[in-house]
Amino acid sequence: MSGYRLSSGGQIDRARPLSFAFDGKRYQGYAGDTLASALLANGVDLFGRSFKYHRPRGLFSAGVEEPNALVTLRSGARAEPNTRATVVELYDGLEASSQNRWPSLAFDVMAMNQLAGPLFSAGFYYKTFMGPTRKAWMLYEYFIRKAAGLGAGTLLPDPDRYEEMNAFCDVLVVGAGPAGLMAATAAASSGARVILADEQSALGGNLRGSASAQENLAGLAALDNVTLLARTTVYGYYDDNTLGAVERVADHVAAPAEGQPRERHWTIRAKQVVLATGAIERPIIFGDNDKPGVMLADAGRLYVERHGVAPGRRVAVFANNDGAYRSVAALTTAGVAVSAIVDARREIGAEAQAIAAASGAELLLGQVVTRALGGQRLSGIEVAAFDPVQGARDGAQRQISADCLLVSGGWTPTIHLASQAGGPARWDDSLTAFLPGEASQPWRAAGACQGTLDSAACFAEGAQAGAEAARACGLSPNPVSLPGAKTEPLADVPLPVWDARPPHGKGKAFVDLQHDVTASDISLAHREGFRSVEHLKRYTTLGMATDQGKTSNVTGLALMARERKLSIPEVGTTRFRPPYTPVSLGALAGQARGSHFRPTRRTAMHDWHVENGAEMQAAGLWLRPRIYAQGSETVEQAYSREARQVRASVGMVDVSTLGKIDVQGLDAAEFLNRVYSNGFLKLPEGKARYGLMLREDGFLWDDGTTWRLSETQFLMTTTTANAAPVLSQLEFLLAAVWPELKVAVTSVTEQWAGMAVSGPKSREVLASVLDDLDMSNEALPFMGVRKGHLNGLPVLVARLSFSGELAYEVYCGAHHGEAVWSRILEAGKPFGMIPYGVEALGTLRIEKGHVAGPELDGRTTAEDLGLAGMTSRKKHYIGSSMLKREGLTDPARLKLVGFVSADGGKIRAGAHLVAANDTSSPPRSLGHITSTTYSPALEKYIALGLLEDGPERVGEKLVATYPLKNIDVDVEVVSSHFFDPEGSRMHV
Amino acid sequence: MLQITCPHCGARAESEFHNGGEAHIERPKDPAALTDAEWAEFVFLRDNPKGLLLERWNHTQGCRRWFNVARDTVTYEILAVYPMGSQPPALDPRRYV
Repeated sequence: MSGYRLSSGGQIDRARPLSFAFDGKRYQGYAGDTLASALLANGVDLFGRSFKYHRPRGLFSAGVEEPNALVTLRSGARAEPNTRATVVELYDGLEASSQNRWPSLAFDVMAMNQLAGPLFSAGFYYKTFMGPTRKAWMLYEYFIRKAAGLGAGTLLPDPDRYEEMNAFCDVLVVGAGPAGLMAATAAASSGARVILADEQSALGGNLRGSASAQENLAGLAALDNVTLLARTTVYGYYDDNTLGAVERVADHVAAPAEGQPRERHWTIRAKQVVLATGAIERPIIFGDNDKPGVMLADAGRLYVERHGVAPGRRVAVFANNDGAYRSVAALTTAGVAVSAIVDARREIGAEAQAIAAASGAELLLGQVVTRALGGQRLSGIEVAAFDPVQGARDGAQRQISADCLLVSGGWTPTIHLASQAGGPARWDDSLTAFLPGEASQPWRAAGACQGTLDSAACFAEGAQAGAEAARACGLSPNPVSLPGAKTEPLADVPLPVWDARPPHGKGKAFVDLQHDVTASDISLAHREGFRSVEHLKRYTTLGMATDQGKTSNVTGLALMARERKLSIPEVGTTRFRPPYTPVSLGALAGQARGSHFRPTRRTAMHDWHVENGAEMQAAGLWLRPRIYAQGSETVEQAYSREARQVRASVGMVDVSTLGKIDVQGLDAAEFLNRVYSNGFLKLPEGKARYGLMLREDGFLWDDGTTWRLSETQFLMTTTTANAAPVLSQLEFLLAAVWPELKVAVTSVTEQWAGMAVSGPKSREVLASVLDDLDMSNEALPFMGVRKGHLNGLPVLVARLSFSGELAYEVYCGAHHGEAVWSRILEAGKPFGMIPYGVEALGTLRIEKGHVAGPELDGRTTAEDLGLAGMTSRKKHYIGSSMLKREGLTDPARLKLVGFVSADGGKIRAGAHLVAANDTSSPPRSLGHITSTTYSPALEKYIALGLLEDGPERVGEKLVATYPLKNIDVDVEVVSSHFFDPEGSRMHV
Repeated sequence: MLQITCPHCGARAESEFHNGGEAHIERPKDPAALTDAEWAEFVFLRDNPKGLLLERWNHTQGCRRWFNVARDTVTYEILAVYPMGSQPPALDPRRYV
């Protein structure tokens, strides 16, 4: 327990103490702390257990790159697993718990995995758990997932709201450190619309809290053309300069305030982008380098300077560059003892020497840390001499006591966004780092993300990038004054040291801390032949954890290069993909959740259906009444009763969901004649015709009736499912194929309410309510269409039958739908008229052998369904040329027939038809069942299906088999026209 | 996400549009004169070039009108937008190795 709060300093508000709990234990921190800094201040050093070996892990960083300190934040419905303690802002009452440990963090049973260390090497899952069958893996997987893993997400619905924002700007600046601040200032001076976003809780980056940054930010905040977004991570760079960002509006409080979203997703479309994303420090590998107490050097500085927390009482430093000396200086200023500075370089500059001298630390040049010592936490380090060519030497190791080791192996520029929108990253040998490649979208990089680490140079680069971005937008930026930063004499150019272990060094050397990938895993992967960096990554899972290898990728590549005896750029790097840091699913879903996930379409009679006991069911986006159950009726009892009543007397069903397209123009008839397979030129006014539409490849596509309302106006109906695709196809044909036709098409699906009145009494019912129509067979013959009035409301009445009964469809303006529906039902009362749902609608159409969606499945032809007579031989139409191709005229194609259950069993849709005496396994399928129902007219279970040599098999006995549920039903093949095959009932 | 300039409505997000495939595919005027192979070419076969592609787009969520777009399939850059029935403007064919 060695971290502690300094008596002064830091950007925390010591007047605002905050109480919080970690694993149930209460602690105190201050406003301005992160969960990590507050726990460190309380002496906590154990934050989690590692992924594979369950080794104790402590804080490694102070930012988004954190691989170890993953905690579950909050509890209940707001529990959020795998949050990085280093970026969780402390609030009063915060609750967090550690993960991946059982029963407790300090005593974890799974830590015995360490004893089995060699077992868990690269690719161990694939090697060990691949039994003779796939089943073996599925069994093992359960236990592996349980043993190795991260926090568990909650299954409760998220109580919070997430917003979506679309923003447009001239210049988006990502990162508000020295370079980003100056870029935004320079761009804003031109009047450009600027958005400046930064992932941290306050803008400023390394300048946070400084007077110059405050002044700069106040100036920007006063400008109308500048939007400042703190706590906003730009996580993805997409096509056409569109960037995705998440603003954490209320993640830093216990719960969002009334009306406040938890997070806000920004889709930002920028003309120009300045990437000032900074750099992340990288470690150096040595034995047991994962001991709690080993931390990145700059993180140590940030805990001191930003949070007033000392990372340890006896701090040692291990470096290969001058960057670590900034941390030494910060610790010295704060009065934290630095006991030793181990530097792999044999010589260092005067400035670094001066800092080392002022700290009073022992300076060990030309030496490296070879191993961390201690049990559950760091107690000391082993140090050995280092040769830049030979590496560290075996033997003669010296031990130095330390409770914290700050490590700096140089800087890795944060090139994630640049990589997403650019060419391959460029290797810089002096910085030993990848820099942004060639831009493939209008962005420019500035500052540390392109390898510039000196503050004064960052200011200048930022100002230049901002000005150039403004000029690229056609604007004129003004010169801006740069803050008076003195050029630092500290050199950040590192001596390349990746692995400081001597040839026979002890301890596990971790490259990827979060996924427990060690240096020897990389060697093993190489020995096993995984040479490509892409293979290495997948086989060892290096860089594939939630931190995406922010502190491990370059080191992993360097070790791979060492194995292959190549340079790092020759080994190459992988391309970064979004997101830069994890994005919550809530932010991506936004408002599109629950019933808002997609729109719901309700017909004009919806409320009536619900009030009258309808059970509603989804049909695409539509809700349709399924049945109107009475009492304790089952679904089958309800639809049987409804269908029986239609055939006996009269019923009515809501058909408003059918697609309705108004087709108008001088060439409307010619147009329809080209899109339907049957003739439409001679359809007289006041008549409807059933039409078939084919795809250009000859398959059946859609069907429906089209009504000729006048010489130049038709009302086309389509199936519910194809309403939108048919409209699109008609629009396409008119725009791209036959622009010479004078025709306009418009969807009128929602303008008309429609109801089908079916049954032998339908004529009498309608005759009694219609104001002005002669409903006699002579005046309104089969397929006739008339305009009339009902209670003074204009209606269209068409004598069409889907049920096989005498029937009419009544269409009226959607606003009159419920009034017309209710009036007709009222008039039907003396006849026992009922409303019926889509189940009974289906039953009636199956009894008649009419095809619908299950038969029009995109794989059937008109001939397959017995509709060959509707494909004209006299004209050309869409699909006609392909209709005759071999595959579509093959006599072996499945044909539509009917089936009745021979043993009284219920036939299942999707069942396959097999010969009764076929004992092979699986038996040969002769076809399948498409639609099924109980038929009240036949008092049997019946079905439609597609069958080899269908019509020739009428009278044969087959088995409809459904192996998934072990259901076999004996069926007899019959004609698909089960009921009233002559059609006498609808022509009365 | 691409930004596409509808000739009737102006610049809009790609999500408002629907891609209708390769442009300038003319439906044969005299179907009877075509061999099966020629029909198959018309119905099924489309170019998939690396570089310049002329394609049809529909502003489905807007004016619902069709128009042509010249687009680079490598960079996704939209090089021209022009009306149905007209020929594309002169464009560099853009060769990629």
